[in-house]
Amino acid sequence: MSEAGTLTETPQQADRAVTIFEKSVPGRRAVQLPPAEVESTPLDQLIPSHLLRETPAELPEVSEPDIIRHYNRISRRNFDLDTGFYPLGSCTMKYNPRLNERVAALPGHARLHPATHPADAQGALELMYLLQESLSEICGLPTVSLQPSAGSQGELAGLLLTRAYHADKGRNPTKVLTPDTAHGTNPASVTMAGYEVVKVATNESGGVDMDDLRSKISEDVACLMLTNPNTLGVFDENIAEMASLVHEAGGLLYYDGANLNAIMGQARPGDMGFDIVHVNLHKSFSQPHGGGGPGAGPIAVSDRVEPFIPRPQVIKTEREGWDAYFDLDYDRPKSVGRMRGFQGNFGVFVRSYAYILSLGGDGLAEASRLAVLNANYLKTRMAEGRAGKYLPVAFDRHCMHEFVLSGAPMKKELGIKTLDLAKRLLDFGFHPPTVYFPLLVDEALMVEPVETEAKEHLDEFADAIEKILEEAESDPGIAQNAPYTTPVRRLDEVGATRRPVIRQPR
Amino acid sequence: MAGYTPATSEDQAAMMAAIGIESIDELFAQIPDAVKLGRPLDLEDGLSESEVYKRLQTLSSWNLNTEEVPSFLGAGMYDHYVPAIVDAITSRSEFLTPYTPYQPEVSQGGLQVMFEFQTAMSELTGLPVSNAGLYEGPSAAASAAYLAMAATGRKGLVASRGLHPHSRETLATHAVGFGATLTEVPLADGLTEAKALEAAIGDDTAALFLQNPNFLGSVEDIAALGEYATSKGALLIVQVDPMTLSILKPPGECGADIAYGEGQPLGNRLDFGGPSFGFFCAKQEHIRRMPGRIAGETTDLDGRRGFVLTLQTREQHIRREKATSNICTAQALNALGAMVHLAWLGKQGFVELGELLARRTDFARGQIASLDGFELLHEAPVVREFAVRSRRPVEELLHMAPDPGDSAPHLPVYPLGRDYPEYEDSFLVAITENRSVEDIEWLVHMLEHGQAGWGEHIHDHDEDGNPVETELVEASQGARS
Amino acid sequence: MSEPSYPEDLKYHPEHDWARIEGDEATLGITWYAQDSLGEVVFYDGPEVGAEVKKDEPYAEVESVKAVSDVIAPVSGEVIAVNDSLADAPEAVNADPYVTGWLVKIRLSDPAELDQLMDSAAYSASLE
Repeated sequence: MSEAGTLTETPQQADRAVTIFEKSVPGRRAVQLPPAEVESTPLDQLIPSHLLRETPAELPEVSEPDIIRHYNRISRRNFDLDTGFYPLGSCTMKYNPRLNERVAALPGHARLHPATHPADAQGALELMYLLQESLSEICGLPTVSLQPSAGSQGELAGLLLTRAYHADKGRNPTKVLTPDTAHGTNPASVTMAGYEVVKVATNESGGVDMDDLRSKISEDVACLMLTNPNTLGVFDENIAEMASLVHEAGGLLYYDGANLNAIMGQARPGDMGFDIVHVNLHKSFSQPHGGGGPGAGPIAVSDRVEPFIPRPQVIKTEREGWDAYFDLDYDRPKSVGRMRGFQGNFGVFVRSYAYILSLGGDGLAEASRLAVLNANYLKTRMAEGRAGKYLPVAFDRHCMHEFVLSGAPMKKELGIKTLDLAKRLLDFGFHPPTVYFPLLVDEALMVEPVETEAKEHLDEFADAIEKILEEAESDPGIAQNAPYTTPVRRLDEVGATRRPVIRQPR
Repeated sequence: MAGYTPATSEDQAAMMAAIGIESIDELFAQIPDAVKLGRPLDLEDGLSESEVYKRLQTLSSWNLNTEEVPSFLGAGMYDHYVPAIVDAITSRSEFLTPYTPYQPEVSQGGLQVMFEFQTAMSELTGLPVSNAGLYEGPSAAASAAYLAMAATGRKGLVASRGLHPHSRETLATHAVGFGATLTEVPLADGLTEAKALEAAIGDDTAALFLQNPNFLGSVEDIAALGEYATSKGALLIVQVDPMTLSILKPPGECGADIAYGEGQPLGNRLDFGGPSFGFFCAKQEHIRRMPGRIAGETTDLDGRRGFVLTLQTREQHIRREKATSNICTAQALNALGAMVHLAWLGKQGFVELGELLARRTDFARGQIASLDGFELLHEAPVVREFAVRSRRPVEELLHMAPDPGDSAPHLPVYPLGRDYPEYEDSFLVAITENRSVEDIEWLVHMLEHGQAGWGEHIHDHDEDGNPVETELVEASQGARS
Repeated sequence: MSEPSYPEDLKYHPEHDWARIEGDEATLGITWYAQDSLGEVVFYDGPEVGAEVKKDEPYAEVESVKAVSDVIAPVSGEVIAVNDSLADAPEAVNADPYVTGWLVKIRLSDPAELDQLMDSAAYSASLE
């Protein structure tokens, strides 16, 4: 690390960003296509010329060695989970087992067309069925649809199921309740499902304010969307009462499964009274985050919601000549229809199923226990020293798999904000925790260490925080101008938004 | 012992001591007893890595994959050759394992890939604005509808029957939440019926959805069909097959407001339908209503070029209920695969591939049309997929083996009957560069001889043009009956 | 504008909006406090000329990189002009919120509403 004001560039910083388009040299190429083996009929004899492209798309002209050099080089400008600690709250950055990549790449999985006749895809359909059964047991609900592409699509699916459920009963409620600590996808999904968002307040212990909830429950409420434990890392013990209140008023209870990593094998949303649960396979079930996807957001539902699930659904049936026959069931008259094409992100199902087989019931329960232990340990370490003074925990009770700190005292007394702390952490080789979420906590810092991190990494993190705060006591300028050692330093986001440049100019 | 967790019992004891507890159970005390599971999960115990591998390998062996029997299945996803360089790059830890780039200083790799991808898709579609990808094709249709409704304040959606059935169904499902109505325009001779299209579009139409090539493989005249919609103030939205953009006029030059589609043909495996990605491009005026992540170029405080997520106030994490979409995690790694594939094909190679597809398709179409008992469903021009009508029931054609209960595989062509009852006597044939002339001849042979053809040898030709017998590709499907 | 400033010739609304009264017309905008809380403004989404604005209700949106804010009307009226220069230079809202950073001009529909607004001293005090 070099001191602020006397900087020399790191080699990566000196290596200025160049796009693949800028590396183009006319005439260079990578591909050599197989011979066509058919007549070279002029295209305009096959397709009328007014429907044809006049000029080619300006794609790069580069050789294969230059392609791999380019992407390898820019890959090193990424911080990644395999390389360092990544305690992003609400994201569950657990280790991505490489076995899962190996099995996903098997030709029987990777080179299988989605419209393959079911009799020729029995392995795939059985895998989906077994995954459904596993998620059903983990969530405590009888039926699982694997179709939604990610958590937020699962949420939207859940809300559309809610709409179908009420319509089927001749009811037309217009509102959906969400806590004010909800992840942004919740209210966004609510609007897309045609409902009005009504926020429910949070009480002093971090749970739902029951008085506020009671005042807002009515027959006009279609659904209450919750996550438990919530985004503050707190398990809401009033869950049974909330479930009865909502059900008595005729509404449904929706569980955002983003925090499932806290409770696998300890408690199940179905047993808590939830009707619809979405699961983020890219969180608790080890699918790699890929820099922003792919993921999958299967939903588990109660019997009363089952008729409405998306179509097609993977089922197990009987068929002459087969021990068991797995099929895609399209005959679902009350189904809401489709959330997307074909049957979902199968490649993600393979990885998640391999993960579930690897851990087993015992291992999944242990994973949650250790995730919660790690979080409480790190919270304890960060309650000591300067962290305890400047970054107090938002709720003084045992947390679950994540905890939230407030940087408000740090801002007031040291003059550095949560943002500055996060940027300085980059210089220490850590990915920062989630910042400025949930909105309820001032200068929030949400920390989720996950069970695949060894104790010493947690200690290193706590030590780094301590150092940064110590630094800030004598010179807040250091954090305010951090980072210093990353491939680029603080970026002008204002300029990027005022005058967006979102593609290479021609 | 749980998978992949480092904590030994000593580690755990040390941590518990620091916290001041005697057992991890105390940390779960906040869960009321009534709600606690109180028993082990009813799942098998964890297996060793080699056992898990064996299980998955066995399951995978019960799937007929495109390396075993040449597949002519299409319908939006195609068995293209994905070059090895894509796997090499997408399997790198630095691309595989990070999260969405919320800390741009340490995410320049991912953000630059998004910027390059946005550029590439903008080039392909001829529209200036692209996002960094959506989940896949049909749900991107729903995002397009949401944008059109917000932009026009109208609630009517009109879609050609040539739009992919999954897109139409996904639109219908989402329309219930959006409060939109969906009207369909019929096809005639394989193309969207122009007069019916004009009748369907009114002052409350937010958008007209067309597909090019359409689901039956036909090349549509988007510019001509779209003019009417545009004149009525509706957005013209086109679903496109990205590989065909190598040779077809891009939607941006045909008056489209939005072009989106299923991105799988670019750098992504079939994977039984996912994960892949959707692309979404639009005119400049729609930039603030765009769904999904967008990367933008900027500089850092020392003047270095860099990239950041931009226009974030559209998104759910800021705008919440008023967001342009609810998307959080999308398909970043799949978009990387697409970018690498496009760089590998390159400016010239991409065009050459398009030409190869069109010519081989023309060959296949001609061969099948000349068979007794088969005719083309329509004569409209095609690029890489076409529809065939069969005199024999399609169900019968699909069974490649004499006995329906037999474990022999089904003919890999797409029967139209489920999605188009009016074409229940027809099926689709899709061509990629992976389908050699030999593969096409095999298909022709199977169509001609049906079940009697299964197991027979087909002919290759030596350099002098003399027929030479070759082994037929046989499916090695483990019998499950 | 780096220092807080609340000109005395303006009237203020508790949701951090100001009004400059000129006969039966008023120019509206957001206060120094509002632009400071929002951060650097990147986009202004204003109403159409001819639209009605209602006291205490949102009539426009102002965006920074990380937040969107509704702009509340301090008084009611009909929009007669919108500050189009903000499309190219939204930063004027930060640099000069009371003059070049104005948002809309309206024709007042209910001048009696002016009595409910605060003067500069009262507004500054309310920020303590």
